Amino acid sequence: MDKIIRVNMSDLSTRTEAVPTAWAGLGGRGLTSTIVAAEVPPTCHPLGPSNKLVFAPGLLTGTPAANSGRLSAGAKSPLTGTIKESNAGGTAAQMLARLGIKALIIEGIPKADAWYNLHVTMDGVAIKEEAELLGKGNFAVIEALEARLGKKTGILTIGPAGELKMTAANLSVKDPDSKIRSHGRGGLGAVMGSKKIKFISINDDGAPKVPIADPEKFKTAARTFAKALLDHPVSGEGLPTYGTNVLVNILHEAGGLPTKNFTVGQFDGHDKISGETMHETIVGRGGKHKHGCHAGCIIQCSQVYHDKEGKYVTSGFEYETIWGLGANCCIDNLDDIAVADNIKDDIGIDSIETAVMFGVAMEAGILKWGDSKEMLRLLTEEIGKGTPLGRILGGGAGSVGKAYGVTRVPVVKNQGIPAYDPRSVKGIGITYATSTMGADHTAGYTIATNILNVGGFVDPLKKDGQVELSRNLQIATAAVDSTGMCIFVAFPALDIPECLPALIDMINARFGISLTGDDVTNLGKHILKIERQFNIEAGFTKEHDRLPEFFKTEPVAPHNAVWDFSDAEIDEFWNF
Amino acid sequence: MEITVKLFAMFRVGRFAAVTKRYEPGATPANITSELNIPEKEVGIVLVNSRHAKLDHRLLDGDTLSLFPLVGGG
Repeated sequence: MDKIIRVNMSDLSTRTEAVPTAWAGLGGRGLTSTIVAAEVPPTCHPLGPSNKLVFAPGLLTGTPAANSGRLSAGAKSPLTGTIKESNAGGTAAQMLARLGIKALIIEGIPKADAWYNLHVTMDGVAIKEEAELLGKGNFAVIEALEARLGKKTGILTIGPAGELKMTAANLSVKDPDSKIRSHGRGGLGAVMGSKKIKFISINDDGAPKVPIADPEKFKTAARTFAKALLDHPVSGEGLPTYGTNVLVNILHEAGGLPTKNFTVGQFDGHDKISGETMHETIVGRGGKHKHGCHAGCIIQCSQVYHDKEGKYVTSGFEYETIWGLGANCCIDNLDDIAVADNIKDDIGIDSIETAVMFGVAMEAGILKWGDSKEMLRLLTEEIGKGTPLGRILGGGAGSVGKAYGVTRVPVVKNQGIPAYDPRSVKGIGITYATSTMGADHTAGYTIATNILNVGGFVDPLKKDGQVELSRNLQIATAAVDSTGMCIFVAFPALDIPECLPALIDMINARFGISLTGDDVTNLGKHILKIERQFNIEAGFTKEHDRLPEFFKTEPVAPHNAVWDFSDAEIDEFWNF
Repeated sequence: MEITVKLFAMFRVGRFAAVTKRYEPGATPANITSELNIPEKEVGIVLVNSRHAKLDHRLLDGDTLSLFPLVGGG
């Protein structure tokens, strides 16, 4: 029987509740955003006692459905001040789903000056004081907990950045290889730090299988769905071979690769940091070019990157990180970028926000363009140790921009703009501007249709059709983020007609219900609207749905494109 | 006329990353993919001078043609 577990850190109590009827049909982002919107005062301080940190596996998580093992984490974001949902792979989601935990809601702040850990089992949640692992990096936490509690233990942890409540701090999840996946964006690690929780460990011994109402129907739909994922060239071949980093060369060629803190759209060193080079390097050094972030992933876009001696450096080495520390900082040394990715995982800081931040920091003169060694030092010695400079850097791109008087600061709602220049890929600019999350490429990934010819083609350099494209993708994404599915199922879903109906059939078979495609679209719309309502009540207006001024005034090469949407055109987004 | 042809991802395997060579005036991306034994249905993205183009686009002297299979990330 599914349940909701509440942990109150103010009085160190826990409570198990039945799932309210209104929440029964929700999972993942749909559930975290519903709970945050219902229970967190929108004007509260995100690091104060009124904020809540909510974890929810998706509707299909824990079932045999391919790629369904994502966990959503939600709260009011200390980075943006908006509602936030960030999802990640790893092993925790499937364990929570098997334990029947539809949502884990962490409330309040301890009165005592002490740190705690939570241990989740069939019997509920135990709160214990934690001293041993304070100040430790995430890799050390995982190693110590596997020794303390067993190899199979699921782990959600924060590093020093989260303990110090830096607004770019992420929340790390142990993956099947005892490495790290991240709830990266929006500073959720700081929220966990504010609640004085160093880690959450999970043991699902004795948990039953996730119940499926109609197993035969589920099996048929799951087979169709998996076939679509494997048949589509993007999810079936491109991603497992080159990872997401195949995009470096594509965006460079298309002139939309933000370079030198968004001053040009192409990077001379692109080939050295490209997916093609990375693939050769990984294969040559005995790493893995395909790898899944959770059990049941059949896309395998992740990889394991080794150094020249053949030793592990990092995994889940993503395009956004490589773009951000690479082109955006004029660094063409992939090995140094890999080391930086590892340090970011260890100290627990968002790899996208921190990459955008370094572009601003270089513009501010804190370090020189292209100086990867100083970047590594700043990560370890300043951010990792929480020095005054480290805290400014750990606050993300907006924080550094303010502290150093930089005017070219690529953020929306104070969240760093990722890897696609909105002037030359205009659809993604609409997503950055309007997303309830602040600048977030995953919220409505128009790159698929603007650049990759997936789901049709909408010319990236023209305004026509971009608002509608972003709207449709944001609605669909909000729904997909509620299923526990990896967002890359969208590639086959956009092109293969059987894919989306099979996904809906799996949900119907799991719960014995009969959702239609329209119901799923309406769910997506509903989620966006409750998130936006939270933001409005938190003080956000349509004037916050804007890109920074420099995008309008500084043309970007090679297309000499500017951001030319009027305010009224952007505001049309919410007309649904 | 001279065209720079750039290949990416799986298209590079057994071929090349970039070459500049002479083609007949009026050549199209389709002529070039055919010469390279790349089946049309495997072509995902065609860029001419950093802009999306179709396979029947008429190339001009000095153009850069970038060819990608259907790949993606995010």
